[in-house]
Amino acid sequence: MENLGCVAGPIFQLWMFMVVFIVLPAMFGLSLGVTEVYIQVLVKILEWATLRIQRGRQEQPSAPVLLHTGIIERVGGSMEEEMWQLRCSRPEAVVAFCLSDGVYFCKKGLESIVEDQVTQRFSSEELASWNLLTRTNQNFHYISLRLTIIWGLGVFVRYCILLPLRIALASIGLSWLVIGTCVVGFLPESSAKNWLSELVHLTCYRICARGLSATIHYHNKRENRPQKGGICVANHTTPIDVVILANDGCYAMVGQTHGGLLGILQKSMVRSCPHVWFERSEMKDRNAVTRRLRHHIAAKTKLPILIFPEGTCVNNTSVMMFKKGSFEVGGTIYPVAIKYDHRFGDAFWNSSKYSMLSYLMRTMTSWAIVVNVWYLPPMSIQDGEDAAQFANRVKSVIAHQGGLLDLAWDGELKRGKVKDSLKEEQQKMYSNIIVGQNNIRTK
Amino acid sequence: MGSSRSSLSLVPDGQQLLQETGFSAAHLLRLHERFRFLDKHGRGHLRSEDLEAELSLNPIGDRIVGAFFQPGQEAVDFPSFVRVLAHFRPMEKNRTCAAVQPERANSRNRKLKFAFQLYDRDRDGKISRTELLQVLREMLGLQVTEEQLQSIAERGIQEADLDRDDAICFDEFRKSLEKVNIDQKMSVRFLE
Repeated sequence: MENLGCVAGPIFQLWMFMVVFIVLPAMFGLSLGVTEVYIQVLVKILEWATLRIQRGRQEQPSAPVLLHTGIIERVGGSMEEEMWQLRCSRPEAVVAFCLSDGVYFCKKGLESIVEDQVTQRFSSEELASWNLLTRTNQNFHYISLRLTIIWGLGVFVRYCILLPLRIALASIGLSWLVIGTCVVGFLPESSAKNWLSELVHLTCYRICARGLSATIHYHNKRENRPQKGGICVANHTTPIDVVILANDGCYAMVGQTHGGLLGILQKSMVRSCPHVWFERSEMKDRNAVTRRLRHHIAAKTKLPILIFPEGTCVNNTSVMMFKKGSFEVGGTIYPVAIKYDHRFGDAFWNSSKYSMLSYLMRTMTSWAIVVNVWYLPPMSIQDGEDAAQFANRVKSVIAHQGGLLDLAWDGELKRGKVKDSLKEEQQKMYSNIIVGQNNIRTK
Repeated sequence: MGSSRSSLSLVPDGQQLLQETGFSAAHLLRLHERFRFLDKHGRGHLRSEDLEAELSLNPIGDRIVGAFFQPGQEAVDFPSFVRVLAHFRPMEKNRTCAAVQPERANSRNRKLKFAFQLYDRDRDGKISRTELLQVLREMLGLQVTEEQLQSIAERGIQEADLDRDDAICFDEFRKSLEKVNIDQKMSVRFLE
């Protein structure tokens, strides 16, 4: 027993030292370069592991690798292009119905049966290589002893060294947030208060980011950073997006009031600077929501609002339809594209598969989180454009920058059935092709 | 977790389907995964509502679903599912004269037959004027008036009906589509 005490003492001291060693620079926004070295070492090891697996696979040719990034090839353009191609083999019957038109719908239907574009966006991206986390490789089978040893070491490092460290950091970060904002809340309104409040928020998020071993690369910081009185809009992959963005600037958060621990957090945050928290009943009333957001922006001194218009987490390979609510409020929109590097850990939160707690466990036992954040030039709604079109415009800019697929599907589809109006849209498009021109022709 | 060859044994009629349809083992596994995904209640077979959910966007979704079920059947098991999908495999290149071998599901003829049966719902071998009107109504919905519909159907029949019997038989259908690249327009290609 005494031996244990002897050992535990120094270990504890070492541990506290490490924690302080990480927390202090984080508070000042400095980096000691440790994370960079860590990431580089990690990359080397993972590359080695990948090569090893590829060699192993070559020796066992009967094991095909199945990727979930779409199983069928979807070529072909819009309905008009496809119809035109189906008909241009018969130039004399350019407009009007052709029997070959049915073939277009038939093929589209079969494609949907074999694979739909919505579901695959809500399961995690499968890696072509293996990052030594068994959870990301579903086709793992034994390749070599060395690989298994390295993997075992990896498990030890992740669960016994990294995890406790990260939990400690996260708790420190969050308690600091609560205490700090409470204290700042007692001060009278002044620019000093705002400055202090920003400091508290920033340091807390920086500590949390260290707690996830997050390496964030910000692009275009100087030119396009969101300004006060604007709305910042980004694609949503995980609740951690908030930490990632708040590391570099202060935002007013928007969300539902929760109870419990999260509720305490929300209440204390609102003391030091105005966030926009809604009661559940208020969220149903779209006008009330829009009014409050407008009110917030109108006061040009308030922090930019952070909104995720997809409304739900998507697996970071594509961007789903943006809900137009946030785009009706007015004001300048600052788009931000967030792209996670999948080699180090899957950041996507599959809310139907994992609860928040198990998601956090998984993230804290991944290697690291490496993110690229691009600040894009501000955009505003143009004349003659309605909110939905504006939303689509912003969405394609974000998708383009992040290298994500721009999909027209609604993220809510993963929960419910497709609305009938989508079928009507197809019918409208088709009738434009056949009848639309017929009205012009005289026959 | 073993290699895919041993997993093929989990697929019902796996080996037989391999030979009959020409799908590769990897594709069959993929389709089986998809089948199990669509089979939300884990029944081991699909009912029409399971497939309709995927096709709610498609104007002729009901007909496509109908193509999976034999008349009177209400459930489709995995082998039948795959046999229907086999029509949409890309055609093989450089095939020798098919007269000797049994006709593959993805031959040009069979693909055309599949498309024909989408129109010819009562399977009497002809697309009557009524059937054509029905299909057009589905594809156009409420976007056109009854008169416009009638005139479109009239033109459609006149174009294709060569023997003037006021219906389109399979040969006339085939002739009407003879210049269309059916392999490209009626095939679903798997990514490798």
